[in-house]
Amino acid sequence: MKGQLYKNPILFAVVSTLVILIGSIIMMVYPMMTREMHPKLEALKPYTALQLAGKDIYQREGCNNCHTQTVRPLRAEVARYGEYSKAGEFAYDRPFLWGSKRTGPDLARVGGKYPDMWHYRHFENPRAFFVESNMPAYGWLKDAKLDPKDMEAHMKVNGFPYTPEEMTTLLSKTELDALVAYMQVIGTAVTRKLAAAPAAAAENEGKNPLAGDTHAIHEGKELFDSNCSACHGGKGEGGIGPALTDKVQLSDGKIYTTIDKGTQGGMPPFGAGMDKKKIWSLVSYVRSLQTK
Amino acid sequence: MSDYQYDNQTVRGFILSSIFWGVVGILVGLLISVQMWKPEFNFPPYFTFGRLRVVHTNGLAFGLGLGAIFGITYYIVMRLCKRPLLFPKLARYHLYFFNVAIALAAVSLFAGMNQSLEYAELEWPLDIAVVILWVIFAVNVFGTIIKRREEQMYISLWYIIATVVAVAVLYIVNNLAAPAGPFKSYSVFAGVNSANVEWWYGHNVVGFIFSTPILAMFYYFLPKSTGIPIYSHRLSIVAFWSLIFAYLWTGAHHLIYTPVPDWIQTLAIVFTMFLIAPSWGSVVNGYYTIGSDWSSMKNNYLTKFFLLGITFYGLQTVQGPTQGLRTVSQLIHYTDWVPGHVHMGTMGWVTLTATASMYYIIPKIHDTEIYSVRVANTHFWLVLIGQLIFSLTMWITGIQQGALWKAVNADGSLQYTFMETLSKNYPYWKMRTGAGVIFTVGMLFFIYNIYMTIRKGKALQGREVAR
Repeated sequence: MKGQLYKNPILFAVVSTLVILIGSIIMMVYPMMTREMHPKLEALKPYTALQLAGKDIYQREGCNNCHTQTVRPLRAEVARYGEYSKAGEFAYDRPFLWGSKRTGPDLARVGGKYPDMWHYRHFENPRAFFVESNMPAYGWLKDAKLDPKDMEAHMKVNGFPYTPEEMTTLLSKTELDALVAYMQVIGTAVTRKLAAAPAAAAENEGKNPLAGDTHAIHEGKELFDSNCSACHGGKGEGGIGPALTDKVQLSDGKIYTTIDKGTQGGMPPFGAGMDKKKIWSLVSYVRSLQTK
Repeated sequence: MSDYQYDNQTVRGFILSSIFWGVVGILVGLLISVQMWKPEFNFPPYFTFGRLRVVHTNGLAFGLGLGAIFGITYYIVMRLCKRPLLFPKLARYHLYFFNVAIALAAVSLFAGMNQSLEYAELEWPLDIAVVILWVIFAVNVFGTIIKRREEQMYISLWYIIATVVAVAVLYIVNNLAAPAGPFKSYSVFAGVNSANVEWWYGHNVVGFIFSTPILAMFYYFLPKSTGIPIYSHRLSIVAFWSLIFAYLWTGAHHLIYTPVPDWIQTLAIVFTMFLIAPSWGSVVNGYYTIGSDWSSMKNNYLTKFFLLGITFYGLQTVQGPTQGLRTVSQLIHYTDWVPGHVHMGTMGWVTLTATASMYYIIPKIHDTEIYSVRVANTHFWLVLIGQLIFSLTMWITGIQQGALWKAVNADGSLQYTFMETLSKNYPYWKMRTGAGVIFTVGMLFFIYNIYMTIRKGKALQGREVAR
């Protein structure tokens, strides 16, 4: 037998196959037959036709080569991106789109983080928001129309429910509309749990310790230029976000909380990336815009 | 003299095709390395990073890699079986079909037809083409081995047989999909399960395309070109079986800290650590073989290719398992460390071994000597330096980025925005492009050498005919 093995290629192939199959069965086939590999969150909904079209474009353009869609349960990562990824979030992804390289940031919790208009502008010119970004521009997607016939076939293969009316609405949509719709649904099955900056709650009613501090206003301006001006305008005159030049009766604490936590469907939270001093400096700068 | 003729034309055809697709893949690699630090070099829709990266990986893994494997395997199988291929005509069609399929694959990837499975991006019609290519290869390899004129099967044939069966199983399972049109499909696997299937495939296709067939070349051409027999037959037996046994358990080390069940991650890490042993079985065997006559490093220009090749294989197979550990994965996963790791294997181990094998084959089938040992040496040093700079810069910036991602202030807030962590990569990404240029120039020396050797061989042949 032993001598035969190295003389008989068929026997050798059979034995090799069996050796290869042991690990494959235990690590790949067996788990597939257990329920833990097929979880689904209750809140998870099938993609709509527009969202699926967006996901198809995401795959076509190879977005997953630079963006991951899985937040690891590590402290800094949860602080940066939000709640860590759950097994039951991906039941409708064939295949999964977790990626393996973060040239750009993780997108697992991007749904609802920014307003639609932010995405449109950012896709058209990423460097308008982040000067040093290396992301290609995707404005050309707005010149490409969706094909309802194709999308109907795609919905059918996935077994997602749809109505004929839904398909007709696709006629008026562009590929960019679809991609933005997909962005806005990623990760939304998990309740968006804002990264809680530990001591933030105490600041809510607090007064700005740096109010009127010229050095703080100067630092705040720098932060504003790199983080806020793309939406609120270079001098706070407004854009995607509201103008900041009007004299409104918001308390310092309220402005602080807005910067820290963001607003639902509007402004993204900045608290995870800025310590207290930076946020208060921004508050000082925003105040200085109002008095003008 | 033997009463039969080897089918050298097909072997040469595969080698030249492999070099051609290699050039395409390397040039695309250079372009995307520039896109990393100069986004203006994206030209939508066909030439954006997202589309080109898969042209680069597929072009080199399947164009350069498979082309070299098909051609060199045919060469090895014929010699070790002491007979021509059982179906020489089929092998010739294999060559034509291979080039057509790779060309179509490249076009389809430029067009954005992409399954989004790493190293299995090709859409379903091309998957079918790849399976047909593989079946043709398997039929010819098995047929020739069955009808061989040599009793024992040498080590290289074991690795070739394992490659043929393993890649077939891996490729077919991972690409199972439901078509939703001529160029679009959805995987039959979803979510967490699809991640587990994909990395069972992804890791092992690296194992059975970038390890086992290259080891087959190593075990054949090292003794052939140096005249030194392999140090230990027994060690190669132990290393072979434990390697192909352990490999298939390890894929989930690509999924550390993802929602894939913990037990799968942990078991994968354990087998990944074990995998060091059989990998180093081949490293030790290679070193002891060359070690029995170190003068061959000086006298034979090919020895250093094989020695450095197996050295990078050894480093790769220690670095890889280390990356699988949770603490290390935490820091370097998703960073540029990983491309640094991959390119040590591909630019170091695979390219050095495959080009050395070609240096051996081409003069042999043209009945001449290599055109210039000096050019070969220049090639060697350039690709070595290029690869080292590539890997080192990516390791440094990878660790840096991993550390910046993790850095938090005393109050728990992050110290760096994502943009701040990204922009610190730029100097290293620029250096990496430089490394790529050095490597490419090295490969041009190689191509020139191969071209001139063929020309020299043809001239000799012509003279003989004239006589």
